[in-house]
Amino acid sequence: MSATEIKFSGFGGQGVILAGIIFGRAASIYDNKFATLTQSFGPEARGSACSAQLIVSEDQVLYPYVTRPQILMAMSQEAFNKFLPETTDDATVIIEEELVKATGLKPGMKLYGIPATRIAEELGRKMILNIVMVGFFTAVTGLVGYESAREAVKDSVPQGTEVMNLKAFDRGYQYGKELK
Amino acid sequence: MKADPKGVMTGAHFLDGDHACCEGALAAGCRFVAGYPITPSTEVVERIAARFPAVGGMFIQMEDEIASSIAIQGAVWAGAKAMTVTSGPGFSLMMEHIGLAAMLETPCVFVNVQRGGPSTGLPTLPGQADMMQARWGSHGDYEVIAFCPNSPQECFDLTIEAFNMAEIYRVPVMLMLDECVGHMTEKVVIPEADAIEIAERRFTGAKPGEYLPYETNGNWVPPMVKAGDGHYFHMTGLTHDERGYPVMNAEAQEKCVHRIVNKIRENADAIVRLREAEIEDADVVVVSYGITSRVALKAISMAQAEGIKVGHMRLVTAWPFPENRIRRLADQGKAFVMPELNYGQMYLELERVVQGRTRSLLVPHGGGTVHDPEVIYRKIKEAVQ
Repeated sequence: MSATEIKFSGFGGQGVILAGIIFGRAASIYDNKFATLTQSFGPEARGSACSAQLIVSEDQVLYPYVTRPQILMAMSQEAFNKFLPETTDDATVIIEEELVKATGLKPGMKLYGIPATRIAEELGRKMILNIVMVGFFTAVTGLVGYESAREAVKDSVPQGTEVMNLKAFDRGYQYGKELK
Repeated sequence: MKADPKGVMTGAHFLDGDHACCEGALAAGCRFVAGYPITPSTEVVERIAARFPAVGGMFIQMEDEIASSIAIQGAVWAGAKAMTVTSGPGFSLMMEHIGLAAMLETPCVFVNVQRGGPSTGLPTLPGQADMMQARWGSHGDYEVIAFCPNSPQECFDLTIEAFNMAEIYRVPVMLMLDECVGHMTEKVVIPEADAIEIAERRFTGAKPGEYLPYETNGNWVPPMVKAGDGHYFHMTGLTHDERGYPVMNAEAQEKCVHRIVNKIRENADAIVRLREAEIEDADVVVVSYGITSRVALKAISMAQAEGIKVGHMRLVTAWPFPENRIRRLADQGKAFVMPELNYGQMYLELERVVQGRTRSLLVPHGGGTVHDPEVIYRKIKEAVQ
């Protein structure tokens, strides 16, 4: 059974949960894998480090919670600091590189950084940084197909914002491809 | 009858269990919901408030759960299919009117997205500790039907089933989610409307003045009327005769209670839904429901990897309890292990049926998260020792 545990994290308002939803939708609807998304609710989710947890698998996901993420996406320093210790020793760590200073990585870990906020600002809307991150994430992890992720973005963003969001996705994706 | 396409969001979606429950209600033909938002069920009514008006339905945010649980019954007698949605503390407030729904034989659905309790407990975290309350919470003798979905897909499918069962047996049907299933997001496939089977309400053919609301003509379940169709009759929570009028004697009571209990008990085998795997040559059967059934599968595969013969029985319906099936398995000498997110509720039913003939072990959990599969696995090993 091959299951991948992923944690999407950042601070509230960055679109962390939506990033998780897009990726889960891409995996389950467009790539026909099993994907289970959970998120923290309540006081523990109200702080400055919020997260969505996603398990992507070839088989049905039985245990619903992420225990040791193999992939961590961090869009804030606090989220990075909080969730890095949970990850596996060979985890893939994906950061917003102007918001997160990645320290304390283990030797087996792989780090990928992107100035997503700056790219989003160049595109005219700072709030689409999460979609830039999703594009980047798609490119560096290869966990879901490019088309699948793109379709999932289209399904998940407010009507009328598709063009801008897809542009953000493609910029993130390109940046990731060049880095790889 | 097939579902009304207006309410059916055909396609593959990525939905949480709460939202899937709303879509199930729409597909089932539910057009009235009254509720008072409470975590972790709020997302159900949020979506209902957004979706229902577009299909000619109505959502009312009531002053509390007591009002919600009676408003839906008014809507049902006006001809609608209706449900209310809550979690433990709200469910407690609804108990009186669950009894009224049983007594008046009002077909309706109560959704309880279970969180940790007692009292306000753990609003944002899972529990399965309202299972006995769902069965026995109101006073007096009555029976209910309860479903326990274990995925967002089943939140959709079983909400439809719940409405169908409510109509067929004219009982309050409990849809017992847990916070984990309610807040978990997965793929949900919604079929075409004409692939969804809907149980229609059975209305009387009697003319106004001739209708006897509780005349059964040898059937378990009498037909209904719609308010406004010209039928006048009395509705009361008091023990009543065929006309619906109060009658205060033991004979009328016997007739009343006998039927509202036995229409379920005598049809239990037709109502009970189980999913079983590898039970036939199993030495141990793990019995579970809701989110716990998924975690149990993980424990079962750990035990099977060691050569232990373990089967799985999942209670898709918790009430009525599958007595006949469990009894047969106990007769075959199989042991039982039952994990649940409480300190032993459905387990008491298991013990009642097994009657000590084989080993039955509880894997209790106070709630707040799900079981560690390792703990269930150890109990499976203990059961075969």
